[in-house]
Amino acid sequence: MTMSDAVFNIEKDVPADAVVEVRGICKKYGEVEALRNIDLDFPRGKLTTLLGPSGCGKTTLLKIIAGLIEPSAGEVRVNGRPVTGPGPERAFVFQDFALMPWATVMRNVAFGLELKGMGKAERQSIAAKYIAEVGLSGFEDKYPHELSGGMRQRVGLARAFAVNAEVLLLDEPFSAVDEQNRRKFQEDLLRLVEKERKTFIFVTHSIEEAVYVSDRIVLLSRRPGRVSQIIEPKIDRTASPDAIRRDQGYLDTVEEIWQGLKHYVD
Amino acid sequence: MMASTQADTRVNGPARAVHSPAGLSLGLGRLFLRYPILSRVVSLGLFFLAWEIAGRVPISYAFPTFFDTAYAFGTMIADGSLISAYGSTLQPLVIGIAISGVVGIVLGIVMGLSRMAEWLVAPLFIVLQSAPMAALIPLITFVYGIGLAAKTLAVIMLALPVIVLNGYKAVRNANPSLVAMCYSFQGTRLQQITKVIIPDASPVIFAGLRLGLAAGFIGVILAELLITPTGIGDLITYHRSVANYAEMYAAVVSIILVSTVTLAALEAFEVRVLRPEKRRG
Repeated sequence: MTMSDAVFNIEKDVPADAVVEVRGICKKYGEVEALRNIDLDFPRGKLTTLLGPSGCGKTTLLKIIAGLIEPSAGEVRVNGRPVTGPGPERAFVFQDFALMPWATVMRNVAFGLELKGMGKAERQSIAAKYIAEVGLSGFEDKYPHELSGGMRQRVGLARAFAVNAEVLLLDEPFSAVDEQNRRKFQEDLLRLVEKERKTFIFVTHSIEEAVYVSDRIVLLSRRPGRVSQIIEPKIDRTASPDAIRRDQGYLDTVEEIWQGLKHYVD
Repeated sequence: MMASTQADTRVNGPARAVHSPAGLSLGLGRLFLRYPILSRVVSLGLFFLAWEIAGRVPISYAFPTFFDTAYAFGTMIADGSLISAYGSTLQPLVIGIAISGVVGIVLGIVMGLSRMAEWLVAPLFIVLQSAPMAALIPLITFVYGIGLAAKTLAVIMLALPVIVLNGYKAVRNANPSLVAMCYSFQGTRLQQITKVIIPDASPVIFAGLRLGLAAGFIGVILAELLITPTGIGDLITYHRSVANYAEMYAAVVSIILVSTVTLAALEAFEVRVLRPEKRRG
């Protein structure tokens, strides 16, 4: 496998400013080894994608970072402090949206703040800002079943933004969203990444999606999941979405990742 | 493509036929869709018509027509016998349902949340639910006599197991993704229970309450027929013994009516208070 340096920049040294540090993480479910000895750093203000074949443990790794799953061995540190459970500096966006069907868009978005005990007026004004930011103004009083899949995940995203966490963890956020909405959503996500200046950790199984949205792509191997490669797509993000999707660097990166992953698929 | 079509359907509501070549039948169907109450009225009307015809045939000497029954119903309300019968029937029913509701929901939620409580309590209610209650009711009279306590106990024995078991299953099966969501936003265990688990479980808890209420009606009538003839059970027994079949049927129908209205009221309460999203679409 050859890679042109113009397209790839394979990192060997640890970035200076890592918000999230993953050290020697292993996870076993009984006899099944899901993750083996993962060492990773997630640089501040970047969007890093965990990409790999299904069953490689990428969602497990994300949930360990979130503090939702305990690792069998190893440690995750956020801003230098070890993770023992969920914390205010991290917010999670769920694959199945995890919206409360009995609550309006407004209450769902404000729910993280409600749990912190913030007053109603204050949390609703914050929620309203993020509802507008994800493009759902006018839908504040709707219930989740009245929204399309794409709109529901926008609610999930707004809820994660509303708690003002430094690190946003997105677990295949677009997998339950149809293709057209997914593209629009990816473009909006890039705009929000630019605007919010937060650290994003993103799990996906879509190569195109990973290359399109990521600053860094971590390729995981098949079970037991290990880091097989780290790729930084060199793509001009100031270009229009359509130009990016036709960009030669974008297309080459997608192809190279596919070549790397192909032997896992049978 | 499939996914997007489905999503669109959800946003815009179900597709509607604009022109219906089928004419009348489709038009009628649309009328029923628009006014659901209409289909219920028509369904009941057809049932009453069949009843009237069956009564006129007659299929049995002891089977009154619909109009005779309705007339008997009217006179029993007018002479106050129905009202006073309900006065004594509702007493053990209300007490029994109130106790079963509170105890059942609390116990169900506790069992759903704690494995320990589940092991301790669940087997008892699973046995109780499958036990033939009508056979147990005579045993109650041995212990509690023939008064209010015995009848209330009959109501509780029928209503409590289904309320407990529904509450327990509802809480145990609360959406794990929502529970994880609450945990990930650092909700406390108490917040998790009150803000996520109980609202998520409430439709099934309420289904249990409705079933419990229906079972409670069975319990109180069984008690009135088997223990001592009072209230509505007495009306049924009395009118049967003097061959006033229209009055007997009117008493039976009145129970069905009261039970249906109570269940509908409970459902309306649930939608209004706990699950507002069900009011729309």
